[in-house]
Amino acid sequence: MSAKIKVGIVQFPGTNCEYDTQHAFDALGCETVILWHKEDTIPDGTDLVVVAGGFSYGDYLRSGAIAKMSPIMKALKLYANNGGKVLGICNGFQVLTETGLLPGALKRNEGLHFISRHHHLKVISNDNTFLRHCEANEVVNIPIAHHDGNYYIDAQGLKELYANHQVLLQYTDEKGNIDNPNGSIDSIAGICNVNKNVFGLMPHPERAMESLLGSNDGRRMLEGFLSA
Amino acid sequence: MKAIVNVFLKNGVLDSQGKAVLHALSGHGFESVRDVRVGKQIIIELDESDSAAAKEKVAHMCEELLANTVIEDYEIEIIS
Repeated sequence: MSAKIKVGIVQFPGTNCEYDTQHAFDALGCETVILWHKEDTIPDGTDLVVVAGGFSYGDYLRSGAIAKMSPIMKALKLYANNGGKVLGICNGFQVLTETGLLPGALKRNEGLHFISRHHHLKVISNDNTFLRHCEANEVVNIPIAHHDGNYYIDAQGLKELYANHQVLLQYTDEKGNIDNPNGSIDSIAGICNVNKNVFGLMPHPERAMESLLGSNDGRRMLEGFLSA
Repeated sequence: MKAIVNVFLKNGVLDSQGKAVLHALSGHGFESVRDVRVGKQIIIELDESDSAAAKEKVAHMCEELLANTVIEDYEIEIIS
């Protein structure tokens, strides 16, 4: 029997999705541990670090900005630069762009509203760990809940994202036609880095684990991290 | 010594809050309003005596934390 996948979940003051995330990975049979942001190392043998959603430091200054100054982020950068897998969900995505582990930035939603509802997403690139169990162009149903989800990157950066298959997900309707809730450039909902070991998305796959609760499409996404 | 930092979205990056304020003002009869940009001001008190050194330090703070230079520009004014 293979050893359990070890998942570390980063917790800042104001993080509020860490226990949902822990529940999701526990349900997938992983060994999970919450990593308080004052920690300055990632535990040995960690297979995946998740930067969970919420409102780190109350979103003061900018979403994710103050969190990037926490001791654990230095360790996380080192971990990612050595090839360690990192997943940022919602506020975690914002933290990863602020830290520079992912390109671009997340701005206030174009309509200025906080949006909290289920949304359809189209899988764009699946040649990566995270989405390898999804089909390209498949439409999944995942909850979104954010105020600053308006993804921005300059024209050159956008070109590179597509060229390197770094665009993971787009906001669409259930048929896969563009349906942009927040003004994101090209309706982008999630991306990865060039080395395809750091992933970020605004939607919450950890909240889509049970069809009884609206969708279990998130399960297939998170299962991508389960074994090599 | 005091530093006043103004942070704004870069030209070419859509300022949704500025647009909303622009529409509100136009709708209230302020017809001469052509454009509105919303930013933030950060006021910092520092124990520094040299204003050039202070400005350099504050610029470093902007790069590290106060502005996200992917989408924002900043201006620094030092008041002794």
